[in-house]
Formats: sequence, C-alpha cells, structure tokens
Amino acid sequence: MILAVTAGLVIGLIIGSVFPITVPLEYAKFMSVALLASLDSVFGGLRAGAEEKFDNTVFITGFFMNSLMAAGLVYIGDRLGIDLYYVALLAFGLRIFQNLAIIRRYFLKK
Amino acid sequence: MLPIKQGKFAIALVCVVLGIMLAIQFRTTQDIGSSIPYQRVEDLSQRLNQTEKERDELMKQVEELKRTSGAEAASKEFETIKMGAGIVAVQGSGIIVTIDDSKRPSKPGENPNLYLIHDDDILKVINELWAAGAEAISINEQRLIASSEVRCAGPTLSVNNLRYSPPYEIRVIGEPTTLENSLKMRGGVIETLQFWGIQVSIKQQDKVQVPAYKGAFRFEFAKPIQEGEH
Repeated sequence: MILAVTAGLVIGLIIGSVFPITVPLEYAKFMSVALLASLDSVFGGLRAGAEEKFDNTVFITGFFMNSLMAAGLVYIGDRLGIDLYYVALLAFGLRIFQNLAIIRRYFLKK
Repeated sequence: MLPIKQGKFAIALVCVVLGIMLAIQFRTTQDIGSSIPYQRVEDLSQRLNQTEKERDELMKQVEELKRTSGAEAASKEFETIKMGAGIVAVQGSGIIVTIDDSKRPSKPGENPNLYLIHDDDILKVINELWAAGAEAISINEQRLIASSEVRCAGPTLSVNNLRYSPPYEIRVIGEPTTLENSLKMRGGVIETLQFWGIQVSIKQQDKVQVPAYKGAFRFEFAKPIQEGEH
C-alpha cells in the first residue's frame, strides 16, 4: 500500500520536474486550491481504505472532480469578488487534518 | 498495514497526478519568489547607473569650475544667461514641427472652428515640448522668451506681438527623439489635433537654427530687489 503511494508520488514528481510545465502567475491560486483538493481526496481514499470502504470509482472520480470543482469555484469567486480561495483552503485543510487523525488512529489500533 | 487490495492501481495513478501537480506548484512558487526580487534588482541597478552618471557629471562640473578662473566662469555664466533669455540665436539637434489647418471640409451644422488651429492647440504643443526638455523654441521665426504670448488674433496667431497665419513652423532644440515622442504619445497632443484633421508633421534634424529674440525688454513696474532687502 505504502509502496504504491510512494512509487506513484516519486514517478509523478520526476515527470513534473522533467517536463518544464509552469502555471502562469494569475492561475497559481487555482492550482494551489486544486492541489489541496487532490491531497484531500488522497487522504480521504486512504482513510476509506483503512475503514475497508474503499471504492475505486468513487475515489478516482472524487479526485478529479474535487480538484476541478475547487479550482472552478475559486475562479467563479474571483469573478464575483468573493474570495472563495480562503474558504476552500480552510475547508480542505480541516478535512485533511481530520482524515489524517482517523488514519493515525487506525495505525495505533494495530 | 492498511487493508486495501483492489485500489492499489488507482491510488498509484492518483499519486502520480498528485506528484506532477506538486512539482508544478513547487516550481511556480519558486518562480514567484525569484521573479519579484529580480525586478527589484533591475530597478535598483538602473537607479544606481543614473546616480553614477549624475555624480560623474557633477564631478566634471566641479573640475571645470576649479580650472577656469573667476572671470572666465563669469563670462561663461553670462553666455548661458543670454541663451536662457533668448537674445542669441542658437542651433543644435532638434525637431521642426509644422502645423496647418485642416483640409477636411466641415460637415454642415458643425462648427468650422473645430477644424482651425487655435492658440490653445499651439500652447499645448509648446507646453509638451518644454516638458520634454526643449531648450529653445521658436514659432515662425519668433523666439519664445519668458514673456512671449501665444494668442488668437482673429484668424491669425499673435506671437511676440507679431501676427502670423498658418502654417505654423515650430523649431525646437532638444533631444530629437524625446521631443518627437512627447508629441506623438498615445492620447497626446497630435492624436487630438489629427482627430480634427489638423495637419501636423514632425521632422528630426541634426541642425535646427532658432533665431534670437529681436524685441526689447521693458520693465516699467518690476525692479530688482537689492540683497538684504526683503
């Protein structure tokens, strides 16, 4: 399990650093929210796995939908003059810590 | 270990995507961090250059003043004052601006005055030129001095109490490109004038001659203040 996560992360990091992709400064905000959303999804998936409720489709769709929706919402907020950026950061940050706490408990129970 | 059997591949795939995003985000953040100080460095080095140039010029001036004796310096200063007052003809690099009335026929019902050159048009041009560092300006052979007027006098223009009709030729001494750009800038004087079809042409020249002021100075009311008397 841990192997899959680390292998995937390492491969992704290598791909990301080999290809010279950069995000224009004005879109950096959306990128960071999308990143946070996907982090949240991954931790959610790990937690679901720990609870033995893991569902492949839910996980994959959740990952992509969450990040796209988060970036989209922040974009709309930007247009409307509502700073949804901070709201998204707060919500996702809270969820990540919650998921982390639950995963930790599962580890401790072992 | 976490008991996941079926989702390994999905998690690995998702982690690949996450890794790519992390790398991109990392690079973008680095770019933000590095680009702003870089601009600042550029700005500062430019300022340093400018200040150094200014310093060198001032040093040269100090040396010159030290070298020349008092009398020579005084005569040089006298020359500069005469040039500033406009009583000597001067020449140097600059531009020649020719302005003529609009050839466009005015539409019926429209004020034909809009298609003619007025004193304020010329004043705007001259103001822009002074602001761009012009050192001497003449309008149709009349040197502009501190007390020169530019005023509508019927269909003609009165400069130094002499009347001129279009076309008006403005000779300017100064940095030619700066002068030309000051007039041609977006939303500037020429754009406004050309909207009404007024013809403006600018010629850059290495040698522009600006004549001297030929009138007399008359001071009826003004008297110099003696030193110590305020």
